[in-house]
Amino acid sequence: MVDNSNTSDTSVAQVKTAQRSSVISQTFYVFRRWPILPMIVMILLLVTGIFAPQISPNDPVEQNLSFRNMKPTWGQANPCCDPETGLPYENIVVQPEDYGCRIDPEGIGGLECDSIKGRSQYFREKKDSLPRDKYILGGDNLGRDVLSRVIHGARISLQVTLFALTSGIIVGTLMGLVAGYFGKWIDEILMRIVDVWIALPFILIALVIAQQFLHSGGAALYVVIGLIALLAWTPFVRQVRADVLSIRSRDYVLAARTAGASHTRIILRHILPGTFSTVLVIASLRVGQLILAEASLSFLGAGIPDPIPAWGKSVKDGKDFIEEAWWISFWPGFAIFLVVMSLNFFGDWLRDRLDPRLSQLD
Amino acid sequence: MKQFLIRRFVFALISIVVATFLILCISRLSGDPLLLYANSGYGITEEGEKIIRERLGLDRNVFMQYVFWLGRTLKGDMGETILDRKPVSRIVFLKLPSTLQLGAVSWVMATIVGIPLGILSAVKRGTYLDYFGRFFALLGQAVPQFWLGLVLILIFSVYLDLLPAGLKGDSFWELEYLVLPVITLSWGAMASYLRLTRTAMLEVLDSEYIRLARAKGVGTNSVVWKHAFRNALIQPLTASTLILTGFLTGAVLVETIFAWPGMGDAAIRAVNNNDFPLLQGFVFFFTILFVFSTFITDLLYAYIDPRIRYD
Repeated sequence: MVDNSNTSDTSVAQVKTAQRSSVISQTFYVFRRWPILPMIVMILLLVTGIFAPQISPNDPVEQNLSFRNMKPTWGQANPCCDPETGLPYENIVVQPEDYGCRIDPEGIGGLECDSIKGRSQYFREKKDSLPRDKYILGGDNLGRDVLSRVIHGARISLQVTLFALTSGIIVGTLMGLVAGYFGKWIDEILMRIVDVWIALPFILIALVIAQQFLHSGGAALYVVIGLIALLAWTPFVRQVRADVLSIRSRDYVLAARTAGASHTRIILRHILPGTFSTVLVIASLRVGQLILAEASLSFLGAGIPDPIPAWGKSVKDGKDFIEEAWWISFWPGFAIFLVVMSLNFFGDWLRDRLDPRLSQLD
Repeated sequence: MKQFLIRRFVFALISIVVATFLILCISRLSGDPLLLYANSGYGITEEGEKIIRERLGLDRNVFMQYVFWLGRTLKGDMGETILDRKPVSRIVFLKLPSTLQLGAVSWVMATIVGIPLGILSAVKRGTYLDYFGRFFALLGQAVPQFWLGLVLILIFSVYLDLLPAGLKGDSFWELEYLVLPVITLSWGAMASYLRLTRTAMLEVLDSEYIRLARAKGVGTNSVVWKHAFRNALIQPLTASTLILTGFLTGAVLVETIFAWPGMGDAAIRAVNNNDFPLLQGFVFFFTILFVFSTFITDLLYAYIDPRIRYD
């Protein structure tokens, strides 16, 4: 993490590099200077998000109950083959007769068995005999591929945050511009709205809204985007307003006013460009929080509706199976963690580059 | 100062009114709440419907209903839950202490770990301690609380079998129930405190008067704790407001994961049952809690930095 004492840190690092200019310390220096790892994660996120259908090995919503809570095949020495016989799983034939069962279309699961134990044994053996190299990160509670769901989840996260953040930026920046430029009672009203907004217990209100839409069914992805947008805009108003207050009294704005420019023109041509770096920095620091908010809502069951594979929801799916199948919850949660950490890291770096003054924003 | 307090108070009232009114409006969107009383396929006569409507105040418009609810709430009667006809106020007061306990312990944890670590991190800048502190903060700010809770359960309850995976002890002092929820809830806050304290401390340590103090021969300890610390405390304190709101959100998540019998857990159930009066009660108290904590922060702020003028 680079912080606003950037320059002195850098010079210390440079001195160190000069002292022992080995490859390791050079690499270390480069990694400290530039956000390389976060960039890699973000590019990975973008690529998986955009090309999710092409990359993912399986259908994220297809259920295969034989793979229910199946162990990850990754890390197993020879996932293709049975550990005892060494035969490929496809070659192992499990006969129901060996377990006291007969094929009977009328019976439960198409089987008629002498004992319950025999039935469960048969199913266990049969599950083991299925080709396993498909589900690298395991199967979830409904027998879906965890890896494919994580990959498609990247897409959902991208969609939600992109739309929510964009609308938040537009609304927040506009309000900040208006509040800062016109001042007086407009400023007072807008800022009090922001204050009240921040004081609302957002998660409960969002839950109620989401629940209402779920009762009437449908269109819930848009609802979630809208909800996250409701959360996104407030910091933009405050910081843009603060920026406008300082820009407003600059000479070039006065000159524009003297030359007879309209309010709209002054705001859009002369003040707005001055707030760009602030907006960029806040946006980059805010993305992570929005992803977390979306995941939290989905985790509570009020976010993305069911067949869509969202990360937060996948964590929720595995919550009740944490003892027997930790991988259902672990991997999607880890994806959220990695992405949010990278975004925060990148945001910090950007802030130090563009606007160290914003360092009190955390 | 007095004027400032009055303004904060009025503002607090507005926040509470807006939040509860919003919840009422939204929960009316899904249709007639009467259907919740008379569901399960039982018919209801027109007369009976009228009586229930009048008793619940549903025959008036949304605004009047809100005034009705507010008036009753101020008298201490918050109505009955839809599901099992218990008084809302009793349920809320039953759940409130657990949430307060969790929140308070987490806040104390976050403060006593986060702020000293932040100071150490700033004083020993560039050392391994600093890197550790910053890494710790970076993790804490990025980790999703619901996932952290599950991973902690996985490690400490399932594999190591050291701590209970959920529920709450009978008394306050059964601390083993508190460990995992508090870690989950406070890590993010710790991270915020650490980063804010570190940044503020670095800024202060770089200032003229600290250099003067050093130049005239004041010892390091005295410089750090007497001269710098107090000034560096202002920023983390201001952020306390945000951190405490985060706790309210976090409480909902953490209580769901650890089956902690508090307001968050109950609120989620109220949402799922569409139990509007109960939900209204919880929102009311959540907002009050939040506004109250903001208020305390403001007071502390004024106490620590007497230069601050309220206008």
